[in-house]
Amino acid sequence: MSVVELRGELGSAVRAGPRPHPRPRPRAAASRRHRKGWHRWVSPLVLVLLWQAASASGLLPARLLAAPSQIASTTLDLVSTGTLPTAIAVSLERVLLGFAAGALTGIGLALVAGLSRAGENAVDPIMQMLRALPFFGLIPLFILWFGIGEAPKVLLVALAVSFPLYLNTFAGIRGVDGKLAEVARTLRLGRAALVRHIVLPGALPQTLVGLRQSLGVAWLALIVAEQVNADAGLGFMINDAREFLRTDVIVVGLLVYSALGLLTDALVRLLERRALVWRREFLPG
Amino acid sequence: MAARVPAGVSGPAGAQTVRPAAAVRGLTRRFGDRAVLDGLDLVIGRGEFVALLGRSGSGKSTLLRALAGLDDEVEGGLEVDGSVAVAFQEPRLVPWKRVRDNLTLGLTAPDPVSRAEAALAEVGLTDRAGAWPLTLSGGEAQRASLARALVREPGLLLLDEPFSALDALTRITVHRLVLDLWAAHGPAVLLVTHDVDEALLLADRVLVLDDGRVAHEWTVAAPRPRHRDHPGLLTLRAALLTALGVTPEGPA
Repeated sequence: MSVVELRGELGSAVRAGPRPHPRPRPRAAASRRHRKGWHRWVSPLVLVLLWQAASASGLLPARLLAAPSQIASTTLDLVSTGTLPTAIAVSLERVLLGFAAGALTGIGLALVAGLSRAGENAVDPIMQMLRALPFFGLIPLFILWFGIGEAPKVLLVALAVSFPLYLNTFAGIRGVDGKLAEVARTLRLGRAALVRHIVLPGALPQTLVGLRQSLGVAWLALIVAEQVNADAGLGFMINDAREFLRTDVIVVGLLVYSALGLLTDALVRLLERRALVWRREFLPG
Repeated sequence: MAARVPAGVSGPAGAQTVRPAAAVRGLTRRFGDRAVLDGLDLVIGRGEFVALLGRSGSGKSTLLRALAGLDDEVEGGLEVDGSVAVAFQEPRLVPWKRVRDNLTLGLTAPDPVSRAEAALAEVGLTDRAGAWPLTLSGGEAQRASLARALVREPGLLLLDEPFSALDALTRITVHRLVLDLWAAHGPAVLLVTHDVDEALLLADRVLVLDDGRVAHEWTVAAPRPRHRDHPGLLTLRAALLTALGVTPEGPA
């Protein structure tokens, strides 16, 4: 077994990075899956054991990939020395700031474009053009414009976040059932009440889809941005470890990235369950 | 855009001194070259129950939408006295609002919540007030839709085939409910329907729309509650079917 193959398998086993989740399933199916859940843990466990054996026998040298046991003890060290918590705090702050800025921009522009024809004509062509830009390709420009401090990192996250939220919220607003808008008219709702009671709640499911996509790309954008001259944060920790061939630290960093991605995704799912409780698929029975 | 004319000045309802619930004069609505409504005249008296029949595409729903204020491109005179409420073919409850909140939506009357509860009690949905609309059965949703219309105490209640999607047994119950609510609240009703029997069971007056105008008109004098094999209704039924272009089966 070559090292390259092993790394590939590892990647799929730990689910590196956040991914879109399947649609919520009916409860019966979920509990059936739960009962047989342990079956799904067998192959990842075997893989880790093989990995450990390969490391212990010297087949897999630590400079290419550290042993699972080494990674575990390094994790404990990094936590107890405070290195990892500090790095997480720095990275989390970048993502939160960038996400907040991007979400405000994306949703704000979607409201402007979604609620009026003039707004659509003003905003949508520009957003569609900017969307076509590969945003990682903007890094050199961002460095020229904003230097190498926090600003380009936060802004890259903001840019990445704003597009999925814009596109989904805009589509959500335009997808609101026209028949409900007619009901609002017969109920004598004014424009503001129409937006508040019909349009925004109607667009919410699609906005939440955008939220999930945007959190996914937020972490991705952060990982890329942190490769650029970071002096703190998870990306810095990983780059620093590369200098010293510390593959254990690199793997810890990757695992933390994926754990944070899964965590934010779980938060959105929780939010969905609460906000979309009226939908039939979330209702019991 | 319809010109606003004073209602009740002349026309078929001129004998009454009170203003009618709705007065329509020379109403025209074109879709491209085709005039779906072509100079239609109609007066609906206060508290009158009118059923509107017509073949598909005869403009029934177009007229109802014009009266509901949902059509900005009608030409002619259109005057409605008091407020209008609509119950649509599909209940069109707002799915993210609980049943009670669907009723209070846009309701400006004082103490909207207790009015909504009272209206739900009238249609037998007290225990579903806090339910999400998607959990309601078809009949429950249609009753909630009726309650949402009636809680506004409209002068004119527009019913756009609201019973057509219900199963036969539920439809009988909801027919009775509509008559009870009409008797209790006394709005004028315009019921658009495909169902000749439904029109004869419920309405004071039955209209048949054809060529964009009211082509036929019958007053239904039989006392309520009516039974569909009442001899007077059978005669009317045959006449109505003929007017609608259907040959009645067997001797009337």
